[in-house]
Amino acid sequence: MSAVLRVRDLRVTFATPLGDLGAVRGVDLDVNAGEVLGVVGESGSGKSVTFLAAMGLLPATASVRGSVQVDGIELVGASPRELRRVRGRLMSMIFQDPLSALNPVHRVGAQIAEMLQAHQQMGDRAAATRAVELLELVGIPQPADRARQYPHEFSGGMRQRVVIAIAMANRPKVLVADEPTTALDVTVQAQILEVIQRVQAETGTAVVLITHDLGVVARVCDRVQVMYAGRSVERGDVRALFERPTHPYTRGLLDSLPREGLEQLTPIAGFPPNMLRPPSGCAFRVRCPHAIEACGGEVPDLRPVGAQESACIRASELASAAGGR
Amino acid sequence: MPDVAPDTPDRVASGSGAAGELLLPTVSPRQMAYRRFVTHRAAVGSVFILALLVLFVVLSPLTARYGVNEAVKEPPNYFIPPGGIAWFGTDDIGRDLYSRLIYGVRVSLVIGFFSAIISVTLGCLIGALAGFRGGRFDDVVMRVTDLFLAFPFLVTLLVLRNFLGAVEWLRPVVGDLSSIRFIIVLFSIFGWMSVARIVRGQVLALKEREFIEAARAAGADRWWVVRRHLLPNSVGPIMVALSFAVVSAIIGESTLSFFGYGPQPGAGATSLGLLVAGAKGAVNTGNWWLALFPCGVLALIALCVNFVGDALRDATDPRLDRGEA
Amino acid sequence: MLRYVLRRVLWAIPTLLLITFLVYVALRAGTDPLKSYLRINPRATKAKIEQYIEVNGLDPNYVRGYWTWLRNFVSGNWPRSIKGSREVWPQLKDALANSLRLGAAATVVGIFVGIFVGVYAALKPGGRRDVAVNMSAFIGISIPPYVSAIILQLLFAVYWSRWFGSTLFPTSGVYPPGQSGFDLGLMLRHMVLPTLVVAIQIIAVYARYMRSSLLDVLNSDYMRTARSKGISERRVLVRHGMRNALIPVVTIAALDVGAIVGGLIITENVFSYPGMGVYFLSAFGQGDFPLLMPWMVIIVASVLLFNLVADIAYAWLDPRIRLA
Repeated sequence: MSAVLRVRDLRVTFATPLGDLGAVRGVDLDVNAGEVLGVVGESGSGKSVTFLAAMGLLPATASVRGSVQVDGIELVGASPRELRRVRGRLMSMIFQDPLSALNPVHRVGAQIAEMLQAHQQMGDRAAATRAVELLELVGIPQPADRARQYPHEFSGGMRQRVVIAIAMANRPKVLVADEPTTALDVTVQAQILEVIQRVQAETGTAVVLITHDLGVVARVCDRVQVMYAGRSVERGDVRALFERPTHPYTRGLLDSLPREGLEQLTPIAGFPPNMLRPPSGCAFRVRCPHAIEACGGEVPDLRPVGAQESACIRASELASAAGGR
Repeated sequence: MPDVAPDTPDRVASGSGAAGELLLPTVSPRQMAYRRFVTHRAAVGSVFILALLVLFVVLSPLTARYGVNEAVKEPPNYFIPPGGIAWFGTDDIGRDLYSRLIYGVRVSLVIGFFSAIISVTLGCLIGALAGFRGGRFDDVVMRVTDLFLAFPFLVTLLVLRNFLGAVEWLRPVVGDLSSIRFIIVLFSIFGWMSVARIVRGQVLALKEREFIEAARAAGADRWWVVRRHLLPNSVGPIMVALSFAVVSAIIGESTLSFFGYGPQPGAGATSLGLLVAGAKGAVNTGNWWLALFPCGVLALIALCVNFVGDALRDATDPRLDRGEA
Repeated sequence: MLRYVLRRVLWAIPTLLLITFLVYVALRAGTDPLKSYLRINPRATKAKIEQYIEVNGLDPNYVRGYWTWLRNFVSGNWPRSIKGSREVWPQLKDALANSLRLGAAATVVGIFVGIFVGVYAALKPGGRRDVAVNMSAFIGISIPPYVSAIILQLLFAVYWSRWFGSTLFPTSGVYPPGQSGFDLGLMLRHMVLPTLVVAIQIIAVYARYMRSSLLDVLNSDYMRTARSKGISERRVLVRHGMRNALIPVVTIAALDVGAIVGGLIITENVFSYPGMGVYFLSAFGQGDFPLLMPWMVIIVASVLLFNLVADIAYAWLDPRIRLA
């Protein structure tokens, strides 16, 4: 399997009045063709910033270093023109709030057509027709009529479908979905995920699903990458990760999920780190029940542990001690 | 076990070293607003200048060199250019411009201050009521203020002035046509409308916020909500409205005086507006100081108050309070 | 959309009547037309006085009086000025033409330059040019128009000729005294200074307005979406940024245009420019009811008309309003 999106040692730093804030502190990431990669983490873990940086959508206060390659094209340090060629054509992104993501004064069909005509040679008539087809693809009834309507005339779930239609218009190699279901009702969530899966099956696009909801991950993703404090702490096949997590943070996340028969919830102790002055070494060690002296030393990299990769230096010894769940 | 006590987030961890974590100190919205305000250097400077001005004016018997109607010396004493005997020169009957400016500014500040206080009080009440209750009352208030504010300012001011002055049974309340009390009432009638619109807008925006819903769910009645939740959160825009009300009253008074419709405080007393009106004639006769100093002081006051108002608006912008980062 | 427009137009008519009625009441109470007439014409005959009362609708009952006045106004039977029984319309027509010229020139220049400057500043917020624009706009707003008018007058009328011996930009009137007939060059030269004074204020207001509106839009989420589509930066700015940012500015502009004709009073006064403002001041000072009422009708009609235009423009530009 070839990687359509390769991220190597990505570092994103924001210049703030209170000092430099390292939002992403060395992230490696691979997205293979046709797969659904889940990226999981709390707010502030850097999961959104990673991909915003990849697309070049961060404000000027952000400095980005490292390498991001889409289909072989290097994006870090690329010129605006090169970035424009990639955006919308090779890589698309959809965001959390569909209402504010759509321009309120343009019709929905026109917004899709704009995406088409930006990257393909298409006349207005052809683009309009294709826009209607795309609306149908994402499951919007009476697409021809609805294409002439404005965003505020759609419900939340419908709007998100429109956003997906726009993002998929040019059959990108990678679709990054940043918490696409967080702002929606639970029933609608399921529908949107289904739409994403269906569209992906049809076009073969790789999908990166950024979320903090493990339930969503379990339902749709092939592989998972867990992030904490701007670094990856674990990644691997979704099944394996859920059954045998190799990083204390992942284990903590899974343990904190409500389960049948449970009388008390077990949250992860402590609080998210202050990204202005993160702890030395492994940032999670402050909250980790298994932390040792060495954890405060070097910042750990991802290392293979069984079927996954883990950034915990004690991963293998803890795995063999626990012997699964 | 980790060093940081998990349930006291705002205490700095004792001891530095590997496990210590420095947490950010808590900052109240008022402190944040104050900090934002002081970054506007022009505004801070304006505050000083205005404070100095007010001080000068308040201490007027001491700071003025002559009485308001007192000639500098025996005739010929008119139109003396600025010099030792009269720092800003003298007017057509030999009175010291500097002293008259101090007394005139005092009168204008009184007018500005009191009309602003009354306007803002009235405007807050009516605007909060309109925004909160909505419905017919709100509609009517909006239509009326809309139209009133749409007409040319000076025209409505003059027509209203004459009308108000002619209504016999209001005389005990509003005073004589050329009195200071009348001017204050006049500007209050004008001023409350702009303030009401601002406050109404703020109330409308706040009404939908969850903390209002929460307060009502906890059993708060309407007045409690207004007093304890809506008004404190509207302090920012109200203060901005206050500063602009002061400025518009002062400028309005000078405009009226320019055309001879301003207050005529007796016994040779003067107002800033009257002094500026004198500038008209000074241009033709070449007595530049009679034009420069009054106009300069007026422009200075307007500039300073505008700076302060603008900085206040930036400092208390509710959008900046919502999630910085 | 059509129904919306129709409804608003139908509402405008009773509103016009109501406001002119209020104006009628305010002027009658405030300026006492009869007393003013008698002051100017102390030896008027009883017949003339009665005719004056009749034609102006000065019936003791305000409602009946208004109705009389309205009938006369609509049928073209306009009373004459209290001074020398001059016809109102010729004077009013000239004043209107002069003010329209001045207002149009200043508004067009002011709004366009203002918008342009505002966009210029918003594109690099916090930068040097933004600060410069902000500061100048600020000063422009804070200095009352007659102060700048007086300063310009001082500069050009008194000092320029003192230094250079000739007047570059005249500071009074539409033409130099004694001019007859139409001379475009002279007219333009006389318009320069008053237009400048008014335009400065307008530029300052619209620059700040446009800047703030565009900054708001640039920070919206849909701008991020637009950029993520990979379309050209210019298209992002114009089709997404400006298209949204102009909406509030255009509606305010419509309202301002409606009020401009009556808003030139100060400038016209300082520059002795015979427009609607000067007309009003002199008529108002004399209590000349016959001169004042038609003037008021024009102003009220203009404001209401452009209020309507603003509402329609807003609905047309923002589909959220249109379809709500």
